[in-house]
Amino acid sequence: MADYSNKLYHQLEQETGIQTGYIRTGSVFLAQTQDRLISLKRINSRLNVIGIPSEIISPKKVAELHPLLNVHDLVGAMHVPEDAVVSSADVALALASAASQNGVQIYDRTSILHVMVKKGQVTAVETDKGQIECQYFVNCAGQWAYELGLSNEEPVSIPLHACEHFYLLTRPLETPLRSNTPTVVDADGRIFIRNWQGGILSGGFEKNPKPIFTEGKNQLEIQNLQEDWDHFEPLLSSLLRRMPDLETLEILKLVNCPETFTPDMRCIMGESPSVQGYFVLAGMNSAGLSFGGGAGRYLAEWMVHGYPSENIWELDLKRFGALQSSRTFLRHRVMEVMPLLYDLKVPRWDFQTGRQLRTSPLYDRLDAQGARWMEKHGFERPKYFVPPDKDLLALEQSKTFYKPDWFDIVESEVKCCKEAVCVIDMSSFTKFEITSAGDQALEVLQYLFSNDLDVPVGHIVHTGMLNQAGGYENDCSIARLGKRSFFMISPTDQQVHCWAWLKKHMPEDSNLLLEDVTWKYTALNLIGPRAVDVLSELSYAPMTPDHFPSLFCKEMSVGYANGIRVMSMTHTGEPGFMLYIPIEYALHVYNEVMSVGQKYGIRNAGYYALRSLRIEKFFAFWGQDLNTLTTPLECGRESWVKLEKGMDFIGRDALLQQKQNGVYKRLTMFILDDHDTDLDLWPWWGEPIYRNGQYAGKTTSSAYSYTLERHVCLGFVHNFSEDTGEEQVVTADFINRGEYEIDIAGHRFQAKAKLYPVTSLFTHKRRKDDVELSDLHGK
Amino acid sequence: MSSTLPFWILKNSARNSIATLQGGRRLYSRCASNRNKARWRLFSQVPGTGKISVPCSDVALQKAYRHTSTEEDDFQLQLNPQQVNEVLRAGELAHKTLGLVSGVPNSVLRFESNQLAANSPVEDRRGIASCLQTNGLMFGIFDGHGGHACAQAVSERLFYYVAVSLMSQQTLEQMEGAMESMKPLLPILHWLKHPGDSIYKDVTSVHLDHLRVYWQELLDLHMEMGLNIKEALMHSFQRLDSDISLEVQAPLEDEMTRNLSLQVAFSGATACMAHVDGVHLHVANAGDCRAILGVQEDNGMWSCLPLTCDHNAWNPAELSRLKREHPESEDRTVIVDHRLLGVLMPCRAFGDVQLKWSKDLQHSVLERGFDTEALNIYQFTPPHYYTPPYLTAEPEVTYHRLRPQDKFLVLASDGLWDVLGNEEVVRLVVEHLAEVGQHKPDLAQRPSKLGLMQSLLLQRKDQGRHTADQNAATRLIRHAIGTNEYGEMELERLTAMLTLPEDLARMYRDDITVTVVYFNADSIDAYYKGG
Repeated sequence: MADYSNKLYHQLEQETGIQTGYIRTGSVFLAQTQDRLISLKRINSRLNVIGIPSEIISPKKVAELHPLLNVHDLVGAMHVPEDAVVSSADVALALASAASQNGVQIYDRTSILHVMVKKGQVTAVETDKGQIECQYFVNCAGQWAYELGLSNEEPVSIPLHACEHFYLLTRPLETPLRSNTPTVVDADGRIFIRNWQGGILSGGFEKNPKPIFTEGKNQLEIQNLQEDWDHFEPLLSSLLRRMPDLETLEILKLVNCPETFTPDMRCIMGESPSVQGYFVLAGMNSAGLSFGGGAGRYLAEWMVHGYPSENIWELDLKRFGALQSSRTFLRHRVMEVMPLLYDLKVPRWDFQTGRQLRTSPLYDRLDAQGARWMEKHGFERPKYFVPPDKDLLALEQSKTFYKPDWFDIVESEVKCCKEAVCVIDMSSFTKFEITSAGDQALEVLQYLFSNDLDVPVGHIVHTGMLNQAGGYENDCSIARLGKRSFFMISPTDQQVHCWAWLKKHMPEDSNLLLEDVTWKYTALNLIGPRAVDVLSELSYAPMTPDHFPSLFCKEMSVGYANGIRVMSMTHTGEPGFMLYIPIEYALHVYNEVMSVGQKYGIRNAGYYALRSLRIEKFFAFWGQDLNTLTTPLECGRESWVKLEKGMDFIGRDALLQQKQNGVYKRLTMFILDDHDTDLDLWPWWGEPIYRNGQYAGKTTSSAYSYTLERHVCLGFVHNFSEDTGEEQVVTADFINRGEYEIDIAGHRFQAKAKLYPVTSLFTHKRRKDDVELSDLHGK
Repeated sequence: MSSTLPFWILKNSARNSIATLQGGRRLYSRCASNRNKARWRLFSQVPGTGKISVPCSDVALQKAYRHTSTEEDDFQLQLNPQQVNEVLRAGELAHKTLGLVSGVPNSVLRFESNQLAANSPVEDRRGIASCLQTNGLMFGIFDGHGGHACAQAVSERLFYYVAVSLMSQQTLEQMEGAMESMKPLLPILHWLKHPGDSIYKDVTSVHLDHLRVYWQELLDLHMEMGLNIKEALMHSFQRLDSDISLEVQAPLEDEMTRNLSLQVAFSGATACMAHVDGVHLHVANAGDCRAILGVQEDNGMWSCLPLTCDHNAWNPAELSRLKREHPESEDRTVIVDHRLLGVLMPCRAFGDVQLKWSKDLQHSVLERGFDTEALNIYQFTPPHYYTPPYLTAEPEVTYHRLRPQDKFLVLASDGLWDVLGNEEVVRLVVEHLAEVGQHKPDLAQRPSKLGLMQSLLLQRKDQGRHTADQNAATRLIRHAIGTNEYGEMELERLTAMLTLPEDLARMYRDDITVTVVYFNADSIDAYYKGG
């Protein structure tokens, strides 16, 4: 996005004739620590593959680039020569005038009173100067976007919150800085420094931000927005440490200009889930200028075509629900988010504020057993369980790009899943029930979902919910509970998005009943070969594959509790069962499972174990590996699509065409070969993939496979033409015939590419061996 | 007693005489430290039995750190300095007054106030308000005993009586006119309150009726300009006390109001208030709260000018007044053991009708079927009760014309004065002024260079770390409870004092309420120059 902004601002001056102050200065990102340097190296390798020149440079080189910098405490830096500076006010003016030239009318000094909505569709905007009719409305009210959203009759929750943000302006230096002096970002010192009219402009993201306007637009607070030198002191000290020569520089002023922050450091854009035509673009986390151009483009595409040209689920308004809209939550969370902007971003970081909002009824029980928690969509999920005799590092010390301290803990959990049985609380998954009086439920779902749902009652189907282009809007499992009722399980953060999508695409007059039952069920995942034994002992029912085949769903009793939905799937490819338990039975069932399971070696496990298991089994996950731009054919899931059945469904045409033409990218599994788990940097996601030395794509997720004793990465392989860079068809042959390397922070590791999970081949073979052996014994 | 209390407390309590007094149906044993004197000897408090409990946010906060002595299991004594500050600061109230009051430079620069409870709920009250129909700021400290009801009532009502007394005939006529025609009244007072301060909403209409009767009587006096300030203060104190006394004698319909007025009348409160209008400072005092003036002479030396006399047994003038007012035969019984009739420490107070009414009147009122047990009222006739009233609310009024060298006024309840002497208090406030002045090197003359700015900011930060209190009243309270026998500040002692179990706290310290009023030497100066 920043790249597009850069190009846009560059052209703007030519197009409009308005000075934007665009100067290509380049920028230097300093590293005071090795960890910071690793993080810069990772960014560097990503920038390079998308065609933005950048390089890692030594402190000595830094001193050459910028005459005033103190480089003694630096370990390195990243130089991005094409970065530019502009003047924000001038850019805004230029954009406005360019827009006017193209026929856009701009009303200034006009305030919005109300957005008019009829039948869930935006119709007009009521302003203090009268009504303006419109089909689309974009809320880009910045820090007031939250309030404006809530002022709607049907409130649109836009979770963001403002913090005071300070920057310093100085008078020119005695020998004014050259206009092309690079911008300096010293994240370890929490500051940025750029030249400004011969002097400098410097601000930062302090450790103790001051949230503001929690109660909304408040005249008193606006007037009180004054300089706060005492608050700025740490940043000033940091500035003078970086540039000691500035001591004698004269202060012009300290500007207090509130910025808006979101609960997850990413901006918010897209269409409201409840009001059609109501778009949002806000919460730029202080990067409004650099991302503005790109974000504007995506939003425009979204409004015109119905979807943007890139996957921007991570920015989609629908990743949030009303649950993130509490003022208290936002106030606390932004106080964590703002300093985080310049904190080291390490893998598996969890927010510390705004926690314990949604919890499973087993939360206390699991917590007492050593659970460590992560949060998704406000829901607490166990990461792993720390045994009583073990201590983990404190939060700050645990930050690492290398092997984490929980490695052994997760290993034993994985081992237990493989050899005995583990229980994982997976209550956070989004659960919908769809029923109808007649056959509409099936009809509608057949159109909305790509796999054939007309299966016998009690069967579970993995299916995508595709868009017109065949891309995954959602990847879910649907159990057919009855002829006319279906139970749908989707990823946790789909709660808002999937609901909105279903509502939008379901015929209005149908008697379809869609219910969000997420809160009604506690989900326990029993993973492992002994899960069968535990369940059959608790239910007095045979659970062997003959009686309870894979991907099967049955309501049965577990312990004293009746009506437990038992499904033979585990989301990992391992044998086992998911139990969907009405919440009032949760504790009972959990206690029973644990006590009966004792003799089978049962233990608690968390999501890290689950993740390791699913990635080694090549289970792609929506939101990480899959997104709205990936199709089933691109990840080897053709068998999960009813292309041959002559039934229409959303995305069918696109898929048929793709089947004919071939795919341009393919989800592939990589096994790192020469990677030392103990000493080398761990892969995370977003690492460039090289095929025969040529850039071929990026990884989407990774995990250590305790079975293979190797790291496994998932990622898409493209076939970029060597001459033109154009994307070409990717075939299985193309994948198989390549030599692959994965670039982790500038270091390339050899990797084996697989299109099918290796382990399943192994296990299949092993089972065959077992059978043969047993046959032998039988004879 | 808990074994985790620091040794010095045990040491102290061992030294204390433990007195067990038999009173009515209750045994009340009490460790009376030499310094610390409970007002009513025979009136024990049962926390939480009063029907009306006053919600008090600062008390609630402190409760987080407090507990009763019976909960010894989770007795965690250690507060970190931060928590100590939190507890101490909960009652803080500070305000900067406007530079001009109706065109005249205001002689009051700002005030700082704070309150720390020992009783649960706290029995001290404070009031700060400006008169809207006449000039002047009023500051009051009200120290309740035998419950908080009387102090609460006096803190709410006294200022209205004063304000009304000061009104001109014309203003009073306007007020009366508005009442008659049911129009909104002229605003009388502007209160400056701590968020924790509460009022009894239900009874204010009754109070207003009585206030109206008072101004109607004032109207009948036909005085053009209203009373002078001294008279006004005198009248207001006595009028309010007599209203309190009459309200409970008059038949009241509403049970709630009736119970409340009974509680007010049967509990007591001493009061000390200051009225500042330009250079005219009037202090009215009834009881043992105290007001002193911090004076800086031209040579820079600080001294203390007391503006009140404590009305207690140590005051010869009070002794002789009492002896004068009662027959000679009572000379030996009117003050016993330094207490009025052997029960009450102060010799003047609001309420306390047990020491004002005749026995017959007391009986006839209480026999009207009040549930005295539930109301926490102890009916009791002291020995040698022959010629009531023994107690009066008549204040002693002092006038002081403010001079440029008068820098500040400290008003405080006896909880402070029991522990700190006048000179010590002045010294602490002066120290505070010096530190605050030095702390935060001024940013007004902003250095223009980044380097200078940085060193200035670092200085400010550094000093911010050492001065714990921005509020002089907090500093006084901190020293009052945290100073050891050798006059040194001891954090351990401070922490222990603040973590005393709720039911023991009152034995080691009293409620403390302090208000420090700073004068603006410039505007006082201007007043003199302007004539």
